[in-house]
Amino acid sequence: MLNPLRNLKKNIEESQITKSIFRVGIPNTDRKRVLIMLGNVFLHLHPTKVKTSGVKLRYTWCAGGLSFFLFLVLTLTGVLLMFYYRPTVDFAYTDMVDIREEVPFGIMREMHRWAAHAMVIMVMLHMFRVFMTGSYKPPREFNWVIGVVLLVLTFLLSFTGYLLPWDQLAIWAITVGSNMAKATPFLGAGGPGSELLQIGGIPLIHSSDDARFLLLGSKEIGGITLNRFYVLHCILLPLVAIVFMAVHFWRIRKDGGISGPM
Amino acid sequence: MLKAFLAAAAALFISAAVHYGLKNVLDYLGQPQISFTLFAIVFIWALFQRPVWTRTGTLLAMTGITLTLGIMLLDKNFAHNLLKPDNAPIFLMIFFFSFFLWISMWQAHNNDRRMEEMLPPEEKETSNQKTWVWPDLVYIEFICMIIWTVVLVVWSLVIPAPLEEPANPGNTPNPSKAPWYFLGLQELLVYFDPWMAGVVLPSIIIFGLMAIPYIDVNPKGNGYYSFKDRRLAILTFCIGFFVMWDYMIVLGTILRGPGWNYFGPFEEWNPHKVVAANNVNLSELVWIKTLYPIGNALNIDWLKQGVPDVGPNYADPGNWLKLLKKEFLGILLLGFYFLVLPVILAKTKLKNFYERLGMGRYAVAIFLFLVMAIVPIKMYLRWTIALKYIFASPWINF
Ligand code: HEM
Repeated sequence: MLNPLRNLKKNIEESQITKSIFRVGIPNTDRKRVLIMLGNVFLHLHPTKVKTSGVKLRYTWCAGGLSFFLFLVLTLTGVLLMFYYRPTVDFAYTDMVDIREEVPFGIMREMHRWAAHAMVIMVMLHMFRVFMTGSYKPPREFNWVIGVVLLVLTFLLSFTGYLLPWDQLAIWAITVGSNMAKATPFLGAGGPGSELLQIGGIPLIHSSDDARFLLLGSKEIGGITLNRFYVLHCILLPLVAIVFMAVHFWRIRKDGGISGPM
Repeated sequence: MLKAFLAAAAALFISAAVHYGLKNVLDYLGQPQISFTLFAIVFIWALFQRPVWTRTGTLLAMTGITLTLGIMLLDKNFAHNLLKPDNAPIFLMIFFFSFFLWISMWQAHNNDRRMEEMLPPEEKETSNQKTWVWPDLVYIEFICMIIWTVVLVVWSLVIPAPLEEPANPGNTPNPSKAPWYFLGLQELLVYFDPWMAGVVLPSIIIFGLMAIPYIDVNPKGNGYYSFKDRRLAILTFCIGFFVMWDYMIVLGTILRGPGWNYFGPFEEWNPHKVVAANNVNLSELVWIKTLYPIGNALNIDWLKQGVPDVGPNYADPGNWLKLLKKEFLGILLLGFYFLVLPVILAKTKLKNFYERLGMGRYAVAIFLFLVMAIVPIKMYLRWTIALKYIFASPWINF
């Protein structure tokens, strides 16, 4: 009874197709366990063996790995949302309604939003874990610095995404946030020291060229802001984050893998 | 001593609850000045207590949090304020951070005990062994991903993403709130001007975080959980992370209503609530509240001049002199705090610290500590003597 099944399994495992995809087959020997890690571009992020203390769930909480996983979920759901969403004042809001009501299995917006919140929490949690294990100490100092950049990027990604539904919640949250930019010392029109920057009585910093204007692309939140935040949210910030993540992961390996007691 | 104090506090709480009603007492205790103080004291005290971080301690604490929240949710005002769809992350944050604070402190105290018994930290037992990434690590990661996929799908099916009325620049909601993770900064706007709360303090937080590995020169506690080996570092970080950043996020989300006024957990958000703000500047306290009566008593006219007027034209050096006169105490205090105090500390209390860090690192570290401390200092000055600005000028206020 079992023999035909076993034969089938064997045939599948040893077929040309399986071998061509997985190169080494089922990793049931140490040699194959090494080869699968080296031969697969995704798994290759990992070494072939790691410190036993570092794999324990209660040491890392998998928080860094899950931050990355949530980033991947956000990329996937984000691309799906981009199929339906148009970043203009006329369409943004109605597209949101349509995504909820017309698109089959319409939870992509939910997935994207909740994963975004979860990622902010997860990244803060990961930072807390790294702190509590003292993993920022030599030789990992610089990777901590890169981590802080990733934390800021996570906040910025979430913040720029907040505007896109173009509802009351969105524009007023961004108003509160971007009003702060107006108060930037020297570079914000309402900030301390901005009057000092002038040439012959003509002010250099005013409401149509200050830090807030740079953020919004205009004096008030409007269509151009939506466009600007869309580009930041969907293209520039993810690209920058990917570069920093690549460095972050590379450095984990180069700094000797997950930290552990000397 | 502690027991007597706790018993007295409990007795006071119960009699107040009987007399005024439990909800009213909790509404009263939630006020920032009280809840912040209580939380800070309990949190810092708890970090040192081993029994708190055992399984039983945490089971009790987590059940306590869950039950309290659950019972409080029976109140319709609290439920209304807390159950807004975009507040879901706050729940996640409270439970997650409490749980993982336990996970880390439990292991830290456990390792401390082991090291007192001359054993190496738990991690050391296996840190010289190696494990195959395939299958051990890959499977852990795989299971974590599956669990989180399920969590996200269920969460998305149960709670719809919020979508309010279409954007309308003419209709300002009250309160207007930033996204939840920035509510700590928005809360700081109560105590600081926007250039501080919105720009300078966040920049210093980011810079300060990046500086941590370079100013913490303690070689111990690298790669294992421990509290004893790095008390100062853990205390500082946890106070910043839990007592300030997270507490203020929760405060800003749940307890700040229209006009950014305080509303107790069981209070209805009344948009017409008016809170009289009669905050005063330090210069007014000096020139009106102090020097004027003295001048009156001693009959010295110069002391009775009131707060000197400073014109807005910064190109006129006269205005700078007047500002110097008007704000002399604020300037002296701030100068002392940021410039003299570090030097005094380096020579006295923090002598060892200074010697270990050296001049450059010490300067950065002490600056960051002082900036971190000025936040609660200003909050308490507001709560006690209604202080608005330590230094006020036509151009910049602090
Ligand atoms: C998008 C955000 C981030 C991602 C995707 C990420 C990812 C990771 C991953 C997968 C690891 C491996 C160990 C683990 O899972 O804990 C790791 C380690 C590390 N991360 Fe992050 N991280 C992020 C943000 C941060 C932040 C905010 C910090 C600190 C401020 C940080 C500092 C570090 C350090 C120092 C290590 C080495 C820890 C050790 O060796 O034990 N990372 N990160």
